[in-house]
Amino acid sequence: MGHPIQIILARQLAGYLSVPVFLVDQTGNLLFYNEPAELILGQRFDETGAMPAEVWSTAFTPEDGSGHPIPPNELPLMITLAKQRPAHRCFFIRGLDGTVRQVEVSAIPIVGLQGDFVGAAALFWEVSQ
Amino acid sequence: MMRVTLFGTRGSIPAPGPETIRYGGNTASVEVCGKDGTVLVLDAGTGIRRLGTHLATTTRVDVLLSHLHMDHIQGLGFFSPLFNSLIKVHVWGPASSVHTLEARLARYLSPPLFPVHLRDLPNVVCHEVPCAAFDIGPFRIRSSLICHPGPTVGYRIESEDGIVAYLCDHEPALGLPNGRWPSSDWISGYDIAMDADLLIHDAQYTDEEYARCIGWGHSTYRHAFEFAARVGAKRIVPFHHDPSHDDETLDRLLDHALAAFKCPCAVSPGREGTTFELGS
Repeated sequence: MGHPIQIILARQLAGYLSVPVFLVDQTGNLLFYNEPAELILGQRFDETGAMPAEVWSTAFTPEDGSGHPIPPNELPLMITLAKQRPAHRCFFIRGLDGTVRQVEVSAIPIVGLQGDFVGAAALFWEVSQ
Repeated sequence: MMRVTLFGTRGSIPAPGPETIRYGGNTASVEVCGKDGTVLVLDAGTGIRRLGTHLATTTRVDVLLSHLHMDHIQGLGFFSPLFNSLIKVHVWGPASSVHTLEARLARYLSPPLFPVHLRDLPNVVCHEVPCAAFDIGPFRIRSSLICHPGPTVGYRIESEDGIVAYLCDHEPALGLPNGRWPSSDWISGYDIAMDADLLIHDAQYTDEEYARCIGWGHSTYRHAFEFAARVGAKRIVPFHHDPSHDDETLDRLLDHALAAFKCPCAVSPGREGTTFELGS
């Protein structure tokens, strides 16, 4: 089964942005992240491929300012998936390359013409040190 | 037998004249007939006027609109079954996020653009797509949003005689990384067109024209052939010809595309008046 057109177009848009973008389906499966996001997450999408939510939400090791792990259900994208509304948070990510980066993350629901919730996108912004 | 006849193959605006007499100048309209007499009409470009003239004895017609750009609805007001109280006309098409299909159509079918209000045509019933698959006579119809500016659907019409896919305005190549096609689940319209016996697909532009019109929602012959190859279509009909392309130009574009891209399926020129028969 192919992806909804909104997801296909979102991926196409992400592919043309310098802003890191992370794209998931309505159940949280990671579908795609763009090249700028690869720099933050520390691994190329071609290497990770698609991932279930329970894998990606811990694989990138989100941490708060004290170095404590952030539970998956407190991440912006997981909040957006659960509540189908935008969410935002500033936190730290230990990428798959081991580097810790401070990021601002805004997640938005992707809702189709007929109100159908088809997924979500998260925009990352690395905070300058 | 399933019979598919092209009554309008032109894109954007009618282009009648001696220089377009072989491919035709009417905008998009295609008739699909089932062996039981069921009639579907794909789009209501200017070609629908002539199409409607031989439907006087039917009692039901279903008009499937891909989208509401003018070249796909401008013939609707001149479709004679609309004014025949003995014929029920079911119009299927996409709503927007804020307006119903009926409200969107009424913008055209009302003064000052048209003298008759849509609401004054009691034999017309509107249905919104995309929706779950539905049956009309021997046909099972599926619709899905595809890549084109504004709400636009492709249609897949299945019967025991074959599969017709209609993606008349479609830019599946938009944003392809380095021109490489992604896996099938990331290709706009793939599910609609998969394994179609007859694929009617947008082929409006030359490569040079496309370079100036990226994002306008249309394809080149190369895109259309590559899409046909990806979906495993058995026959493709290049469609939605640019109004500036006369018969000689279209002949040349097709010859060039056939030589350059080696389309793996059969190719039939999208000429007004052409009929395709599927099944037995």
